[in-house]
Amino acid sequence: MSLDAAMPRTTAPAILPGSGGLRGTLSDLFWRRPQLLLLLMLLPPVLWLGIVYIGSLFALLLQSFFSIDEFSGLINREFTLKTYGDLFQAANLDIILRTVTMAALVTVASAIIAFPIAYYAARYARGRWKALFYLGVMLPLWSSYLVKIYAWKLILAKEGILTWLLAKLHLLWLLDGWLSLPIVGGNSLSVSFTGTFIVFVYVWLPFMILPVQAALERVPGNLVEASSDLGASPGQTFRNVLFPLALPGIVAGSIFTFSLTLGDYIIPQIIGTSRLFIGQAVYSQQGTAGNIPLAAAFTVVPIVIMGFYLWGAKRMGAFDAL
Amino acid sequence: MRSDRGPSAPLRLKIAAACGLLFLHLPILLIFVYAFTTEEKSFVWPPPGLTTQWFAVTWNRPDVWEALSLSVRVAAISTAIALVLGTLCAAAVSQTRFFGRETISLLVILPIALPGIITGIALRSAFSLADIPFSFWTIVLGHATFCVVVVYNNAVARFRRTSGSMIEASMDLGADGFQTFRHVVLPNIATALLAGGMLAFALSFDEVIVTTFTAGQQQTVPIWMLEELIRPRQRPVTNVVAMVVVLVTLLPILLAYYLTRDGDQIAGSGK
Repeated sequence: MSLDAAMPRTTAPAILPGSGGLRGTLSDLFWRRPQLLLLLMLLPPVLWLGIVYIGSLFALLLQSFFSIDEFSGLINREFTLKTYGDLFQAANLDIILRTVTMAALVTVASAIIAFPIAYYAARYARGRWKALFYLGVMLPLWSSYLVKIYAWKLILAKEGILTWLLAKLHLLWLLDGWLSLPIVGGNSLSVSFTGTFIVFVYVWLPFMILPVQAALERVPGNLVEASSDLGASPGQTFRNVLFPLALPGIVAGSIFTFSLTLGDYIIPQIIGTSRLFIGQAVYSQQGTAGNIPLAAAFTVVPIVIMGFYLWGAKRMGAFDAL
Repeated sequence: MRSDRGPSAPLRLKIAAACGLLFLHLPILLIFVYAFTTEEKSFVWPPPGLTTQWFAVTWNRPDVWEALSLSVRVAAISTAIALVLGTLCAAAVSQTRFFGRETISLLVILPIALPGIITGIALRSAFSLADIPFSFWTIVLGHATFCVVVVYNNAVARFRRTSGSMIEASMDLGADGFQTFRHVVLPNIATALLAGGMLAFALSFDEVIVTTFTAGQQQTVPIWMLEELIRPRQRPVTNVVAMVVVLVTLLPILLAYYLTRDGDQIAGSGK
């Protein structure tokens, strides 16, 4: 509470007497020593997050400096950089590169799909429509993550609705052509990178829409009008006025899309190829392989990437748009 | 309300926005159709026939009920912990300025800013280093950690709107700190807390990534679903459970929306 406000306490007798007892003493103490109240308020959350969360992160980091004995499979609790050396094997670098590329593609695609929704909601939707747009984004955002993935498994399956729809439209050749391409193709969409990509975009899209909309809400409409009054085409207005002002929002949204894609292991496991992403690598290293040090070293990669990302985002003012 | 309402939106923008929203909603609607399909083995579309028999089958499955009960218990306790911690943190951060204030808000946001798998494996490795066996409480520990931020976001937004002078006025009128909290602060933040609590509940109810690392043999609803997705046993039952999960998560979100609709907004968004 704003106990630090510079107001002297007036003890006018006309006002109720102090309640006395332990409660009164405590209340008076907190009033006289606001720092103490602050400390008491902060202590539980900081202790919880500090011990449970930061403590665990530290324990994880510590383990990445251990190594695994290749013969016995036991974890050797001595400081070594060997595990980080293993991380830079070609196969592991492949996994990291694949994940980062996917995260970048997903981020760009989400930004492109999110912008019209956010712009319409921010500038044109009013009253009932505004509420509708808001719920239209919030409901998918909060719907069950696994159910959303499951829905896409139904859609992308070979016998599913997408194939049916394309067959009705006589466009099956397009799908077959796409699936026969290397890297992005596969037996069916549900076992291809294209499928993984679509599901990632779908699942993280609301995380992009909300901050972009927040940034666009702050753009006064007359700025756009002024731009067109001065002779800019809609494209020029977008490039020179809207986009720069929406950029902090896009960056804020990209924190989510990028970070969530980097760490996800369920989507590529259910819809995708057998080639691993960072999340899957972590999961299999700690689970079946029992190589917790390497799993820990793997998780350091997204932490480092996100560290740089957040640092850059902060410099661009992205946190004001959150 | 702005005075600068321009002409209506260009058609291209309307179409793009509508397509975007359809893209977000059609897949979820599809779940409702599949819950009634008679097809057992594949995901064939269109469904060969419609039936409600799978609802009865699902109703009689003990494993579904066990998972549901575990999920509800975990979510309730995590939400309670998150409500206390999140409110305390929000009150401290929004009402006063102190050294390290930015660090505290970063600390709260970190569990959702970093990928869930990191939170999960960090907790798991901490449990194994400390020889803590997996139990109900290890799940709660993980869930409460990332639920704090949802409550915190809602409470901070509301505290910002609550004027500090009300608290001073209450004190001037002779209320002690506890009375002020009970009669002035709490009524002001109650709906924000309720909304935050519901969102935290929904978040915990739905969480799977951290849970796979902190749960032992116990299955929450998402873990059960994940198991079915990887090794399908009875697809129609999964369809029905998926539909029920959509409906169950819908309610807290709508309620949270109605509680906070005038003025501030629910977590994850901002104006």
